Amino acid sequence: MNTTASLSIETQQNPNAAGAQSSYDLVIIGAGPAGMSAASTACQHGLRVALLDEQPNPGGQIYRAIGQTALQDEKVLGPDYYAGRQLLADLHQALDSNNAVTQGLLHYFSGSMVWSIEQDQSVCFSQQTFAATNSADSENSGSPVKQTSQTNPMATSNTSRRINANKILIATGAMERPVPFPGWTLPGVMTCGSAQILLKQSALAPKMPLVLAGSGPLLLLIAAQLHRAGVEISAVLDTTPKGRYRKALKYLPGALKNLPLLKKGLELLLELKQAGIHYEKHVTGLKALSCSDGQPSVKAFDPAKPDMQPIELLQQVEYSVNGKIHHRPCQTLLVHQGVVPNVQLSRALRLEHQWNTLQQCWAPEKNTWGRSSHADIFIAGDGGGIAGAKAAEYQGRIAALKIAQTLGYLTEDQLLKHAEPFRSLLDKQQAIRPFLDQLYQPADEFLTPADDTLVCRCEEVTAGEIRAIAAKGIAGPNQTKAFCRSGMGPCQGRMCGLTVSNLIAEVQGKTPEEVGYYQIRSPIKPLTLEELADLAQ
Amino acid sequence: MQSSNPNTATNTAEVAVIGGGIVGLAIALGLTRNGHQVVVLDESDIALRASQGNFGLVWVQGKGDTLPEYAAISRQSARLWRSLADQLLDSTGIDIQLQQKGGLFFCLTEQELNNRQQMLQQMQQAAGGDYPFQVLDLKQVQELEPEAGPEVAGATLGPEDGHVNPLLFYRAMTEQFLQSGGRIVHSGKTTDIKPLNQGFTVTCHDKGLDQKWHCDKVVLTAGLGNKELAPMVGLHAPVEPNLGQVLISERLKPLLNYPTGHVRQTNEGTIQIGDSKEDVGFITDTRIEVLAQIANRARKMYPVLNKVRLVRTWGALRVMTPDGYPIYQESTRHPGAYVVTCHSGVTLGALHQGPIADWISHNKTELPLEAFNGQRFNG
Amino acid sequence: MDNVLTAKSAISSPSDVKEVATFKRLATRTETEQAGKTVTVYVDDQPVEMQPNDSAAAAVLTSGLRYGRTTTVGNSARAPYCMMGVCFECLLEIDGIENVQGCMTTVQEGMRIKRQHQARELSGR
Repeated sequence: MNTTASLSIETQQNPNAAGAQSSYDLVIIGAGPAGMSAASTACQHGLRVALLDEQPNPGGQIYRAIGQTALQDEKVLGPDYYAGRQLLADLHQALDSNNAVTQGLLHYFSGSMVWSIEQDQSVCFSQQTFAATNSADSENSGSPVKQTSQTNPMATSNTSRRINANKILIATGAMERPVPFPGWTLPGVMTCGSAQILLKQSALAPKMPLVLAGSGPLLLLIAAQLHRAGVEISAVLDTTPKGRYRKALKYLPGALKNLPLLKKGLELLLELKQAGIHYEKHVTGLKALSCSDGQPSVKAFDPAKPDMQPIELLQQVEYSVNGKIHHRPCQTLLVHQGVVPNVQLSRALRLEHQWNTLQQCWAPEKNTWGRSSHADIFIAGDGGGIAGAKAAEYQGRIAALKIAQTLGYLTEDQLLKHAEPFRSLLDKQQAIRPFLDQLYQPADEFLTPADDTLVCRCEEVTAGEIRAIAAKGIAGPNQTKAFCRSGMGPCQGRMCGLTVSNLIAEVQGKTPEEVGYYQIRSPIKPLTLEELADLAQ
Repeated sequence: MQSSNPNTATNTAEVAVIGGGIVGLAIALGLTRNGHQVVVLDESDIALRASQGNFGLVWVQGKGDTLPEYAAISRQSARLWRSLADQLLDSTGIDIQLQQKGGLFFCLTEQELNNRQQMLQQMQQAAGGDYPFQVLDLKQVQELEPEAGPEVAGATLGPEDGHVNPLLFYRAMTEQFLQSGGRIVHSGKTTDIKPLNQGFTVTCHDKGLDQKWHCDKVVLTAGLGNKELAPMVGLHAPVEPNLGQVLISERLKPLLNYPTGHVRQTNEGTIQIGDSKEDVGFITDTRIEVLAQIANRARKMYPVLNKVRLVRTWGALRVMTPDGYPIYQESTRHPGAYVVTCHSGVTLGALHQGPIADWISHNKTELPLEAFNGQRFNG
Repeated sequence: MDNVLTAKSAISSPSDVKEVATFKRLATRTETEQAGKTVTVYVDDQPVEMQPNDSAAAAVLTSGLRYGRTTTVGNSARAPYCMMGVCFECLLEIDGIENVQGCMTTVQEGMRIKRQHQARELSGR
């Protein structure tokens, strides 16, 4: 299996590189399972395809760094992760210049951040480029510390360009649901997904003592992976509320269609139990604290910034079980409450979105082929609703086939024939979702957090402030944004959007669907003024 | 504020202000101060809102070059602004960040600078000499604004210009209006206004339900919506959308000292960059070519901005009459119905909250409002 | 290479809390397959040895520093949170430019990574 690591992917790094063109049949945004499978499928049928991805290497989050995976011991991440190598191998094959079928049809742009898609279907994206740094100097100087006083502002820069697409496939995947609770902004609190990314990409294990808290399959999986890696876990705090199993039971018949996945979940629980990891059920009142029990806050001063206030850092986690409050010392607290579609791009495009009550999130509308409310824009993978990596792969293939047919590369009959096997595989993957979604629906304390909890991490707006504004009867989240700047910081509402809508819904006695969501504006990722201005030429 | 569960019975208010943007709220606030019982009928959260895309300038220089009355009311409003800001701070605790230490208008060519100087001189003559401004060359500009770039030919400085945080202005007015008993109802789009023997019946429509309001007076401040509403009460407001684009940057430590017609740094530290004048109809999508040109112009003014990161762009629709000047008019056929339409809701905010609200309360005014009659567009 | 600390031997920066615990490197494939292929970056002027696929945010986490920036509004400390480009908590000064997403930036030999405090400072002079 090690052979894939040595394969390198030729990328269209230089905007002016030979072969980079400005017009494509299909532009795919995101090189996770959906984007990778769609790219391979589409170019097999003769489409000219551009695959854009903001990461340096394909894989998305689930197969992050699959071609360069850092960990020596493959047992840590397990076979589900390494299954991504097949998708990577397919992609390599499609990119292979000796491939008679796909030769030259697929262009892969790594490190490419899409920041806008215009009305005319042109896709604007930014690429980070590094000028040659004088690395030899810094190594040979013998005094590397001294050198650091001189920074080299020319080392990195970004360039933006536009390419035109006949059809667009959004495969931008999911993000972890932002989990607001008291203290969640303290350094030391991270998402479970971030710990997994550090394992996959860098073989880095979090500092200890380590506590995991939350709900959902990923919580158990990451606990097991960290344990296999030899990381000591001081506790797993499961916040799945009481009675959720009973509520989820009605969806069990569907779940039974995907027995292997169900079995995997039970095996994970067993693995954690056999490992002797302290596991608490029905945890409530989760708080990250910057002080130890009875001790003053641990704070740091930076002598370089004498006017700076003391720095507060994670010291312990507080939680309740059956009404009894507990404290645990903690240097890293990994939190998780499931994943939600990353709707930033689909929102910026003003596609129609629907509220999914079971998953407690928004997803863009799409038909069974993945077509959105815009005839030329398709969506595949978790960005269109959470269904997991395998489902994303099948959705990617189905959407690519439909696009091929729409553009005349396949007949209707060929489309149906090619798509059929993926449809039945997809059905099986989706059958288990309602059970999981109901079982792991986040507890109310994370959906509508207490007043003193920060909701907008960027602009530092609390839940109490949002509630006070909502109580005045404001029209919705966009007016809230105008009033208190929630959602106006660098993350552009990604971290607070769901919570702000939930809080307004709670106060005004409406559903989140009635309340609506932020209007997302391009650029969906920051870009320099220079990059934009250079497009004026 | 009530969050509009439309109810079928007819509601009543002394004055109904239709449109809850910056213009409508300022007038509603003034009317409440004058003792009226006021309801603001507003659309939903995603309505086309010029107010939320506002650039935030309290701007005088160059305004009204072909209509001295407009220059006069703009300057009158600018003079009233400080007391409005103070009063909002007193009543709501919200500092709307008004600064009136002057504003610069950058010109990138000598020709542009000469033309602008001529225009301002003519305005000065029209105002009988009372129209302060200065023309600065690049060196003088850089004394005020050290980051001004070498491509700047010069600038005009208007000492009466300034800027404000338009979102906080909007919030503060909302809070004070509610405190003083005003009501804001998200009643959806106003679909009909029926003049009665006594007063008016306003019908709003939202999510399949009608809501009716009976009122003695009705004030149309619905921005672009005024075009269709005005004829219902015998008024004329031929307004068209004009797309303005605004770029907004990450927060920076203080960098720029003065607002300019195109670039300003807000109190939060973000840089706002505008603007464009293009007729596009009802599309609020940003257009890359226009944005790129705005960015290109901004970096010529301030080369340092090349490296600033943009986090948001806005396409907001200005409300433009054919000659670009406002309409202030009471209906002669249906007295008690008023239309107010303008594209400088911030600059004129203090005028709206003060003398314009007084005009609607008392049916008389010292303001030269005959110059802003909508009938000027007939024929 | 005396000054170069590997990720395994944590820096205890004098300007920060005494902390021995850091993010710890597990046995890696690159170690076995590409021995010696490491990259030296400087985190707040301290050299840190990283592997070529690591991100700048990972460099901060392994350096032993407990936060990467303070916020513009409340000046409160923040550290990398999502590691996938959505939360913008890992903003760092990289090679002289502030507010760069550390988790989206791959380390380069000699890269200068610095923590940043409150709003970005931009000056052409």
